[in-house]
Amino acid sequence: MITSFLIKSLDRTILVAVAILLALAVLVPALNLLTAPDHPLHVPTYLVSLFGKYLTYALLALALDLVWGFCGILSLGHAAFFALGGYAMGMYLMHQIGARGSYGNPLLPDFMVFLNWKELPWFWYGFDMFWFAALMVVLVPGLLAFVFGWFAFRSRVNGVYLSIITQAMTYALLLAFFRNDMGFGGNNGLTDFKDILGFNIQADGTRAALFAASALALAASLVITSGIVRSKLGKVLVALRDAESRTRFLGYRVEHMKLFAFTVSAMMAGIAGALYVPQVGIINPGEFEPGNSIEVVIWTAVGGRGTLIGPIIGAILVNGGKSIFTAAFPEFWLFALGGLFVLVTLLLPKGIVGTAQHYLARRRSYRAEAGSDKEPGLPAAEPMAAE
Amino acid sequence: MQEKKPKSLLYLDGVSVSFDGFKALNSLSFIVEPGELRAIIGPNGAGKTTMMDIITGKTRPDEGEVYFKGDIDLTRKDEAEIAQLGIGRKFQKPTVFENHTVWGNLELALNRSRGVFATLFYRLTVEDKARIEEILATVRLAARRDDLAANLSHGQKQWLEIGMLLAQEPELLLVDEPVAGMTDAETAETAVLLKEIAKTRSVVVVEHDMGFIRDLGVKVTCLAEGSVLAEGSIDFVSSDPKVIENYLGR
Repeated sequence: MITSFLIKSLDRTILVAVAILLALAVLVPALNLLTAPDHPLHVPTYLVSLFGKYLTYALLALALDLVWGFCGILSLGHAAFFALGGYAMGMYLMHQIGARGSYGNPLLPDFMVFLNWKELPWFWYGFDMFWFAALMVVLVPGLLAFVFGWFAFRSRVNGVYLSIITQAMTYALLLAFFRNDMGFGGNNGLTDFKDILGFNIQADGTRAALFAASALALAASLVITSGIVRSKLGKVLVALRDAESRTRFLGYRVEHMKLFAFTVSAMMAGIAGALYVPQVGIINPGEFEPGNSIEVVIWTAVGGRGTLIGPIIGAILVNGGKSIFTAAFPEFWLFALGGLFVLVTLLLPKGIVGTAQHYLARRRSYRAEAGSDKEPGLPAAEPMAAE
Repeated sequence: MQEKKPKSLLYLDGVSVSFDGFKALNSLSFIVEPGELRAIIGPNGAGKTTMMDIITGKTRPDEGEVYFKGDIDLTRKDEAEIAQLGIGRKFQKPTVFENHTVWGNLELALNRSRGVFATLFYRLTVEDKARIEEILATVRLAARRDDLAANLSHGQKQWLEIGMLLAQEPELLLVDEPVAGMTDAETAETAVLLKEIAKTRSVVVVEHDMGFIRDLGVKVTCLAEGSVLAEGSIDFVSSDPKVIENYLGR
């Protein structure tokens, strides 16, 4: 009974969330572009970009929730997939600069001219075309996740060991991208973008469109993850999260299931990164910082893992808090973040959304119990055991 | 032995495995015929669970042969493949998926295509629904179909797990201590259920409860120190002096 209630409410929550995101995708750009700056409902461009950035973080947290919340894979390297998607987009944006760079080279980005390179490295070819870059945004993180997951899951690396090697993966990429020889701008990364698809990247209209694109990408990903989670595959994922070897004895290829979820999740993270870069105007190796991946875990935990909506709310709340906090007390942000994580783990182990759902379900079951005494055999008073 | 291999459902010959120098199985040979119900007894550490681990692909033997249906070499397959071949296993401790409903547990166990995309796009068909309903009725959990498995009692979890095994439609069923922690009435009912199940498939039961084994009334194999000590009817085995010394006498 309780579960069927929960499933119904989950359905509705997803629908409401998608509706809100679609409304935001229309409303925010409209309020930004169509109202005068002194209008009370006007949304300034800096806020549009700031919230656009939050939405890409929310997408990253959603991607992590698919693997952490539903398969029990605590990835501490998800920011790596985000950064790779970001670099793929950054490479396209560098090509868009064309001859307008400081050195005026129509083919080579400034940092290559500066390093005295004569021709474009092979892996930069194709990124002048948007469709190719967009494909790489999904394929590169997806391929890395596939290869990494193939070896890790086949060797049955689990739990904390898996978390550690995902952390090592992002750290290795951090060190690699720092090198100038890699051909990704080294320490400085890729920046000074001018256009995207021929539109000025600084223009209000472009900013508004990027915000709308982020909201739409998040809505689409939410529908996809919710579809996965509610399919039979989703049930298998939860089953292997809770009792992996039992799932194997039912005949399921646990490693293939995990690989699928991990790869899909990495692709979503790549899309998030690609939408992030044009809105913040830079991508550098700092995005591979192990701490970034851990922050994603905190957003997800705060919002409530395994709830899909929770990580989105968590990402927006924590980052909103970060924006306010770092302006007021810049030195104390990390302490606040650490404290938040400890408090949430102790007081709200299911996160904000998980706790809310829990109480709602309990209230409903009390009501159901009070409403009908015809079914005394049903354990309406036991929803606690669902933990 | 060799000429017997083709028609046996399960054939183990000279299987040995050791963990850190401890010989868990010592040249174990064991045959199960199609449609047979077999009981296995033996003291703790006799290798009963290790034997099941080897048959289901959880552990690889150091040496020896394990064949299913005559020519399928189980030592080369992993757990998922072996389960798909039709070998089901019930663990000592009831292991059901606590975060899924009773219905969900059975749906997962149902013998259907288990590939990633087959499960992603799976739709519950009328036949599958009917099959789950039928199993729910058999294991008497129809009233609790929408409850989380976590909320079931110990005995109900055992029955749910038996239902999951039925849904898996295995040709060979390995059952580890099915009546541990059950009341006498539940134990007697489980014996009836197992005999019923064994009509359409082979079942190997590991159990300590001698009364339960007597209820089953089948051929008994006694293991000790990783090999077969005695094999035969319960009366024959329990009067064997080696069995008395190794197992019953304790």
